[in-house]
Amino acid sequence: MFKDVVGKKSEKIKNIIERGLVKRFAEAIGDPHPIYIDEQAGKASRFGGNIAPPTIPRTFDYGVVEGLNLPKKGLIHGEQTYHYNRPLLVGEEVYCYMELKDYYEKTGKNGLMSFLVVKRYGEDKEGNVIFTEGSTIIINEAVREGMKV
Amino acid sequence: MTQHIVELRPGDLLETVLEPVSRMDLIKYSGASGDFNPIHTIDEEAKKAGLPGIIAHGMWTMGNLAKLFTPYYEEGFIQDYQIRFAGMVFLNDIITLQAVVVEESDDEYIDFEVRAVNQHGKPVIKGKIRFKKLKE
Repeated sequence: MFKDVVGKKSEKIKNIIERGLVKRFAEAIGDPHPIYIDEQAGKASRFGGNIAPPTIPRTFDYGVVEGLNLPKKGLIHGEQTYHYNRPLLVGEEVYCYMELKDYYEKTGKNGLMSFLVVKRYGEDKEGNVIFTEGSTIIINEAVREGMKV
Repeated sequence: MTQHIVELRPGDLLETVLEPVSRMDLIKYSGASGDFNPIHTIDEEAKKAGLPGIIAHGMWTMGNLAKLFTPYYEEGFIQDYQIRFAGMVFLNDIITLQAVVVEESDDEYIDFEVRAVNQHGKPVIKGKIRFKKLKE
């Protein structure tokens, strides 16, 4: 049902790695390490400032891919990957967008399952990729029926 | 805990056991992440979705697992982090985070197999981390 959306990308959105968000996020994953939240520790580190936990990009705004309208409930998160060229720095601007990389269907013991492979990108101002994020989302038959597609 | 990640050898283990999963853990993660899907916080909504009770966000567990590497940021950073969500995490579950060195480390990186296991010994997430070494 999302076949014709494959390959479509969203417009880039500017995100700022806010100090308050990083602190709340680090605390929420039980990892309030000084490298994330203590300014002095950040300055003294090899990165010259605080960095952000590797799974934080999940909270960023990646814009909207036209035609990729997912239900709010019933999605199953199958896989998640990150690739970093360097850690994210607290305070920096990151330009984010997403793309539907693939869509396929499989019939398993729970009926027809749909798989969406979404790739997200974070770039610096010059367009250098800082990180990429991959997510595989599974939609089962009951949810598909609810979507009337 | 080893002082330096570069001194780890194949088979060496990094491990931490978390406090039992609480509703407040998941409320905090909902707020910090912006993922307010109510199956993670409200019993009735979880039951409506066919679950026995509320479950942790997969990303909460994945976020926690990465902290095994946080003490080593002076030596490098997580370059690649791949996870497959293998099972659900329920309230009061006791989760153990583990990372095992899988290969002789070279000049560039160290590879780990990582997983989070519940109190029944069942992996709830599993995958790989490639830790990129940075020069002095």
